[in-house]
Formats: sequence, structure tokens, C-alpha cells
Amino acid sequence: MPFLAYVAIFLVIPIVTVAVGAFQGAGGGFTMAQIRALGDATVLRSLWRSLELSLASTVLGAVLGSLLAFLIVDLAPTHPLRRGVSAICGVLAQFGGVTLAFAWMATLGFNGLLTNLLADAFGFSDAGYSWLYGTPGLILVYTYFQIPLMVIVFLPALEGLRPQWREAALNLGATRWQYWTRVGFPLLRPAFLGSALLLFANAFAAYATAAALVSQGSTILPLLIRSALTSEVVLGQQNLAYALALEMVVVVAVVMGLYAWLLRRTSRWLP
Amino acid sequence: MKVKNMFTTLVALAATASVAACGPPSNDSSSSSGGGSDAKTATSAADLGGMDALVKAAQKEGELNVIALPPDWANYGTIIKTFEDKYKIKVNSDQPDGTSQDEVNAATQLKGSDRAPDVFDVGQSVALANTDLFAPYQVATFGDIPSQFKDPKGTWVNDYGGYMSIGYDSSKVPDVTSVQDLLGPGFKGKVALNGVPTEAGAGFSGVVMASLANGGSADDINPGVEFFKKLNDAGNFLPVDPTSATIESGQTPVVIDWDYLNAAESAKIPSWKVVVPQNAVLAGYYFQAINKDAPHPAAARLWEEFLYSDAGQNLWLAGGARPVRADAMVKAGTIDQAKYGALPKVTGTPVIPTNEQTTKMAADLADTWTKAVG
Repeated sequence: MPFLAYVAIFLVIPIVTVAVGAFQGAGGGFTMAQIRALGDATVLRSLWRSLELSLASTVLGAVLGSLLAFLIVDLAPTHPLRRGVSAICGVLAQFGGVTLAFAWMATLGFNGLLTNLLADAFGFSDAGYSWLYGTPGLILVYTYFQIPLMVIVFLPALEGLRPQWREAALNLGATRWQYWTRVGFPLLRPAFLGSALLLFANAFAAYATAAALVSQGSTILPLLIRSALTSEVVLGQQNLAYALALEMVVVVAVVMGLYAWLLRRTSRWLP
Repeated sequence: MKVKNMFTTLVALAATASVAACGPPSNDSSSSSGGGSDAKTATSAADLGGMDALVKAAQKEGELNVIALPPDWANYGTIIKTFEDKYKIKVNSDQPDGTSQDEVNAATQLKGSDRAPDVFDVGQSVALANTDLFAPYQVATFGDIPSQFKDPKGTWVNDYGGYMSIGYDSSKVPDVTSVQDLLGPGFKGKVALNGVPTEAGAGFSGVVMASLANGGSADDINPGVEFFKKLNDAGNFLPVDPTSATIESGQTPVVIDWDYLNAAESAKIPSWKVVVPQNAVLAGYYFQAINKDAPHPAAARLWEEFLYSDAGQNLWLAGGARPVRADAMVKAGTIDQAKYGALPKVTGTPVIPTNEQTTKMAADLADTWTKAVG
């Protein structure tokens, strides 16, 4: 019961509120106007950019993060390097938002430290790198918290891969390649996909980092929701914000559905 | 709506019981103050028995909640401090960087709590769309204010205004005389606009100014969008939101913004110049109003009296803004002549878009803006 109450208060009620709001006009009556507005070019462009950003940062984060996890998993749990990497990942995975955005601006933005060093040393333009304030910059900055998160969530799965299994496979005459393709990867695939899904949702919903970094252009969905709620130029869009939020919920639901389907297919032969 | 509010309350109660608990005790203080109920409906100081009675009632309340007033915007930092010192009333400044819509959202969401804003300073479209939130009030100097700048009952009154301008650091970029100059090669990655035009009034007005300079009018914003597209394609448009900090550190050497905001930077950077483009003179006034559910109704009314007094108007002027009573004060000789003479020169007929024109331009912009600079 406590669990049900918890789920109801923190999951069901907010989602229902959003869903109801998405179909409500400013006066409270039923309307499809906001749902139709989701087809606008502006909204579609934001959706596309959000997906692009989330996918790119997920792929980068998942691949690089799992490689890093793979490199440290064979070290003893008390090894200083492993403890160091785990600790750093624990901090950096939560290092999103304004701090992270500002760190990058101070490094690579206009008048940034690295910008000025490069300009002095190699004669690069000191005009700065405006790509940092657009989609490429967001991908780079998001990757910065995606990789550590991947390490944290994927490391336990790697640890679950017992050395005995590899020894058994080798004893039975398998090559290393065969062991990884036939045993290691299939065993890890559900965990890998699950971690990647978490990364995707993490990037898709991240708001503060983008809000601090991006001012003009490169609007992603969370920023569009802010715009709908606070715009002093185009008024009366509050309910469009609900529709946009509902769209985000649907996207994550679809991704989760895909994940469940993939999982069923890939794990069919697993015990 | 009712259903939604119940859900919100439920979630708020469950999640943040401590915050919810803050409500009741503070409500007591405002209802126990004797003048509270009278002040809520007073439409002039006389209704309360004159200025002295108003001051007394306001001091009894002891606090004033203002919202979305940046300290470096039209001298608001000094204005708030002067008000606090003069009347010994504590001013709580919430969300200094918020938008006009944030002010209205806060008033609706915090309604009934003692943290709700007492007074508003909002842009035209937000003001005219929310007049049912405002309490009519006429300050002592109400008669001085030209009739096109106020609601006849005093539901809202324009407070200060200015012209869209281009501010630039003359030590970093060539001299600017017109909007078209900004397309030149000397401005690569240097031209910033204050706020996203589909969200913030100042950014929106910047696009309107660019439109006027490129053959558009208050009915047609598209030439302005075209201009920013060209600016973006040339690599001159800087996607950074300019603030005093970015201007002083040199990150944003050219800023399109209201002249009073740009002029405030000249005081800190001697090479910072402000120009109001001759062929694109766009004027805009902000709207002052009192929250009809103000938790400190007397302090709110005293704040208005202060803002529209000679002292208050001169403080805005000192921040580079053009106070609404300027003409009357010039006649009466009470205006700060030195500051008045130092305002950026304006030649040409100013354009002030009507609310209908603004709404139409905003709708067009919502469709075209992200395509142009996205």
C-alpha cells in the first residue's frame, strides 16, 4: 500500500494532470487545439533536435562509458585507480546544470580560457566558438555527465560476469572472440540497453544545462515548455506546455516499449 | 481547473509539508493589520485619509513584495533601496530576472499567501491581457500623466519608457549609425539581442526595430526576421543572452536592447556608446499596476505614490529611462536637467505598436523565428 500511494502521488497524478491539461482549453473545456499545435514546424523542429541530442549523447555516453567500465572492472575493488574512477564518476554524473554549463563557457566560450590560449598560441580566432551554444555544444556538454552515469550503472553488470564462465568457455576450446560474441555480449546486452535507456531519458529531460548554455536558437523541447509557460510576447500558451510535456512522456514511453520488446527478443534463450 | 488545483495541493501537501506550513502564520499578520481591509479597496491616498495615513498603514504592514525587477534595470536597485530607507519598509525582491509572464504566474500561483507580489511592472501585452488581476489606484500625480499613458481609472499606468537602441563598445567594433551596419565584417560573432524574441519583450522589440529599419512597419515584422537571418548567416549573430556581466567582460560587444538598459552600461564602460537608429525609432512603455490580492495593499499603494513622485521619476531618469511624467516635470522645473539632457538623441517619428499590432506580430514571429535563426 505505501508503495501504491507513493506511485500515485509522484507518478500517476502528475501524468494525469499533464494529460488532462493537454486537452484543456484556457477556459477549461475540451479541445484538440494544443495536440494539433504539436504538428507545428517549430514544435517538430524542437522534437527532432531533442531526439538528435539525446540519441547522440546516449550513444557516445554508452559506448565510452562501458569501455571505461570494462577497463576498470578487472582491478580489485580496493585498487586506488578503480576507487578514484568510481568516486569521480559519482560526482560527475550529478555535475549537470548551471555549474557544468558555466565550466564549459569559461573554458571554451567567448573569452574562455582555452579560447584565449589557442588564440595566443596558434593565432586562432579569439571570436570564440559559437557552436558551443548550439546543438553540437549541447551534445559535448551532455556527454560529460552521460559517460560517468554509464560507468556507474553498467559497472555492476560487468562485475556480474563471473571469471569462471570465461575459464569454462576457454577450457571447452572457445577462443576469446567466441567467448565474447557467444557468451559475454549476449549476457550483457539487457544491462547495456537498460543503461542506455536511462541515459536517453536523462538527456531527453535535462533542462538546467541547456537553459544555462543556450539562449538563442537550438530550442529543445524542455526549453520550448519554458517558453510556452513564461513568454511575455506570445500569451496564453500555458496549455501548450501540458501538450509538450505529454509528448515527452509519450516519447519516453515509446522508447521503454522498444526496450522491453528488444529485451524479450534477445533474452529468449537466456535462463 | 478546480481538479488541477486539488491535485497540485495534494502533491504540495505530501511532498513539501514544511513549505505549506509557512502559509497560515504569515496570513495572520496581514489580516491583523487594521488598515489592511481599507487599503485593499482604496483607489487613492485620500480614501485612506491622506498620505500620512497611507504611510502609517504601509509601515504597519512593514513589507513589500516586488517581482522581476533587476537591480540594473532602469535604476531599480537604487529605487528599492531609497524606498526602504525613506519609509523603513522591507522590500522583498523575488525573481529579479523573471519575465512579465512570470510576474502574473507568481500572482496566480501564490494567491492568498504572503509571498504573492504586491505590485507589477509588466510589458504591454501581458498588462492588457491581465487587467482583471489589477486594483485601480490613482496616485497623487495622476493628473500629470498624459491620457494615452494610463487607464482612465488607474487600473494600469505607464511608468517609464524608452527607445530600442544599439549599444556598442567603440573600442572593439566600428561606429554604428544604422541597423544595416551590423551586417558588416567587423561584427563577426559580436551582435547580441536581449532575450529570445518569442519570450522576452525586449528581444521582440529588437526584431521590430530591425523590421522598421528594413522597410517593415508595426504591421509587418517579417523584414526584421529576414534581417536576423542574414545576420545569423553572416556569422555576426551571437547566441548569448547579454547581461551587465557579459558586457563588462567583453563577451557581448554589441547589444540590441532598450536605450535605458544600454545607457546604464556607459557609466561603467567609457567606450560604450548608445545609438537609436534614425530610420527605426521604436518606443515602448512599461505598465505599472497593483495586485488586487496584494498581501500588503497599503505598502503597494505607497510604492506607487513613491514611483510617481518627482523623486521616483528622477530615479528612473537617472537609470536612463524616460519617466512618464517627464513633460510635466520639465514644465514645473522639477526634472533632473543634467540627466534629462544626457539621454540618447532621438530624431525621427517614434513608432509605438498598438496591442493588436503586437499580438499579430508575435503570432507571426512564433512561426518564423526558430526557422530563421534555429
